[in-house]
Amino acid sequence: MAITLKLNGKTHTVNAEPGTPLLWVIRDELKLTGTKFGCGVASCGACTVHMNGEPVRSCQTYIEDVEDAEITTIEVMEEDKIGAAVQQAWLELDVVQCGYCQSGQIMNAVGLLRENAKPSVEEIDEYMYGNACRCATYQRIRAGVQRAAEILEA
Amino acid sequence: MTTTMSRRGFLKSAATTTAFLYVGASAQGAAAAAGSADAMLTPFVKIDSDGNIFAIVKHFEKGQGPATGLTSLIAEELGVTMDQIGYEFAPSNPALYANTFFGGFQGTGGSTAMANSFMQYRQAGANAREMLIKAAAAEWGVDAGALDIQEGMVTGAGKSAPLGDFVAGAAEFAPSENPRLREPSEWKIIGNPATRRKDSPIKVNGKAQFAMDLHLPNQMVAMIARPESRGGVVVSFDDTDAQTIKGFIMAQTLPNNAGVVVYAEDTWAAIQARDMLSVEWDMSGAEARSSQEIRDEILTALNAAPTYNVNKADQAAVKAAVDGAAQVVEKTFYFPLLAHAPMEPLNCTIEQTAEGKIVLHDGCQAPTGPHMAYQQIFGLPAEMIEINTMLAGGSFGRRATPDADYQVEAALAFIMTDRSRPVKLVWTREDDIRGGYYRPAAGHKVRIGLDESGKIVGWDHHVAAQSIMKGTPFEAMAVQEGIDHSSVEGTADGPYMIPSMSLGLTDTQKATSLLWWRSVGHTHTAYVMEVMMDMAAKAAGKDPVAFRLEYLQGEKDQARKAGVLKLAAEKGNWGNPAPGNVQGIAVHKSFGSYVAEVVEISGNLDDGIRIEKVTAAVDCGIAVNPDVIKAQIEGGIGYGIGHAMRDQITLADGAVEQYNFPDYEPLRISDIQAIETHIVASTEAPTGIGEPGTPPSAPALANAIAQLDLRVAELPMTENGVYFA
Repeated sequence: MAITLKLNGKTHTVNAEPGTPLLWVIRDELKLTGTKFGCGVASCGACTVHMNGEPVRSCQTYIEDVEDAEITTIEVMEEDKIGAAVQQAWLELDVVQCGYCQSGQIMNAVGLLRENAKPSVEEIDEYMYGNACRCATYQRIRAGVQRAAEILEA
Repeated sequence: MTTTMSRRGFLKSAATTTAFLYVGASAQGAAAAAGSADAMLTPFVKIDSDGNIFAIVKHFEKGQGPATGLTSLIAEELGVTMDQIGYEFAPSNPALYANTFFGGFQGTGGSTAMANSFMQYRQAGANAREMLIKAAAAEWGVDAGALDIQEGMVTGAGKSAPLGDFVAGAAEFAPSENPRLREPSEWKIIGNPATRRKDSPIKVNGKAQFAMDLHLPNQMVAMIARPESRGGVVVSFDDTDAQTIKGFIMAQTLPNNAGVVVYAEDTWAAIQARDMLSVEWDMSGAEARSSQEIRDEILTALNAAPTYNVNKADQAAVKAAVDGAAQVVEKTFYFPLLAHAPMEPLNCTIEQTAEGKIVLHDGCQAPTGPHMAYQQIFGLPAEMIEINTMLAGGSFGRRATPDADYQVEAALAFIMTDRSRPVKLVWTREDDIRGGYYRPAAGHKVRIGLDESGKIVGWDHHVAAQSIMKGTPFEAMAVQEGIDHSSVEGTADGPYMIPSMSLGLTDTQKATSLLWWRSVGHTHTAYVMEVMMDMAAKAAGKDPVAFRLEYLQGEKDQARKAGVLKLAAEKGNWGNPAPGNVQGIAVHKSFGSYVAEVVEISGNLDDGIRIEKVTAAVDCGIAVNPDVIKAQIEGGIGYGIGHAMRDQITLADGAVEQYNFPDYEPLRISDIQAIETHIVASTEAPTGIGEPGTPPSAPALANAIAQLDLRVAELPMTENGVYFA
């Protein structure tokens, strides 16, 4: 069935069956591959996108539930003030290793900073808990969120 | 391009036909270091006529940093900034891009990327510089000795011009066997902690292309239904229900009957269609054992005489020394199967070009493996097969298997089609956890005799493990006199000078499929060596650092290990934890590098413990990219500790009991509060860094937990009395 999707500020009409995870529409149909497939069961966070500004796991978000929502992906984060700050912090600290989870980490970190401009270490750990990084870049993710908060404060 | 082409001819043809200058360098230095006298032409630098410069990186990038590291070497010697040079991954061509430590094999592993490339890439960069300078000198009519390249500009004799101006002229000169390498005092990039990763920008904005991200026009997605237990074969299948899935194309049994391939228009259709497939399996030849049987077999073996006398010790004399000692410290250890679980599930894409070439697009760790396998499968000569190495979302060893497993699966799936459409094979996370290759199960039994002064008088050590190498193409190289070195590395060859040591090995029956896993044998040997050292120190009434130093009194090897031990102790406030905290320490040499770690924990066994800080010291020779080294130590620690805390693969009647991350739980951000890494300044040749951070991490944690009166000798910790808050 045809579904209208608002993604990164543009309206797309996609052909997908109900029950199709948003992840696969974004990746396979719209060919925006910054959003990653990691586990398919919302347990790693690699597929994190924003729905109306809040992080959601796109592997467990179904296409029929997003028709009226604004979906945002990593590809436009540099246009977002918080997104750009997080990306800058990630570059300054060279947070990434393999990088496969990092789109999701960044999307989640932006969600955190949108809610909480100056999160404590405990708040960062709690908010970022569901975003797995098999390279274990966690020290730098934590520092990156703090650095992004500093950039935004300046 | 063939290896028989003369260097000069190669350079000329490369320069004239593509307007590119590839600069080769003799690999003699690196090859000699690897014990081979062979020298070969190796093109590692590409400069196009616009002056764009690229390092050709022969090691795949799974996060461990070669895209930055090898590019740094070229940039340093050539005389450009890191912003002035890009990188490209090398094609599969072992004649040019072999790992100089792996014979003629092109591949990444054993933490060798920097170690085997250090001289090779510096020489390539230096040759590029010298050839460009010669061209500039000729054009300007000045003495080449007066010129240098700095920040991309050929400068000297009162002149200055971008190096790109001299690309065509440079091709007229041959590279030398011994170009002048810049002195360490001249280095601006090597050793500079401010050098940033080359792959960061594309990994923060979604533009990085992993193999999973490839969408070739008209591609099909293939997914394979595999048996519950490894070794089962397909009898028949029914795809009636799968046909109801929109996007389902077809299903076919793999030619080797190892599974049923579902072909679909996209990934989601493939996932759904595979779920709806009904397959009848013949499980008569499948793995049928359970983890309990594997554990029992290993523990039973440890109580019998070992099959192999690894260090050719007088076993009876060592036993007598231990038996007659004033005090005996002994422990039996067990380590379960572990999965690698790289973040990017395994996948690769195959296509056939109009000219009949087969192209594999893959986050390819060891191109020579699939390249050779594809020659057989497709009946094609090597030059008709191309491998496009893409970014890999982690590996930890999983992407290099002796049988090129997933690349072969993809090829088999492809040959059953008419080859008009590319086939992208995709594994799900469940496929990865359940159908993968595992760190072998292993057990150790150790008895240490101490005399009245607390000195070791005998160390009787028996390892029982499932061999990784036996039965693989690497057996001839890795197994000597029946001993698979990967089962005992780290115990058989460590710097500790232990008097009267006996090391025995018994192979136990293989379970499912086994594979090297970040740091291979060191994953268990370091744990045992360092926990035993801790136990012996306590029994001797000595400080664990001071006790270890007693056995590190020798020259270089011991001194370097002692060096990191002392540095970690100093930087980690060894002996002075924060109030209420306890510490543990471990030190281990692996892949040529020395790493010590102090783990400080808070809490208690009843309410749960928390890892407050890990302080690491590393000596990996010359630190080419210090910040990448720190990142690898951080990651190595996280990988080691995360699995030791709570991960294991268990089998029930041969079937893996775990499915996905909820029951193979990754390390999470809150598990380790802080990691601090200190690098020992060194002028030694660079050694490994991807793996050496892992081995000491779990024993350092175990030794901290032992301060709370719980000695964990079986992993994972959460299954053996430890609760993490």
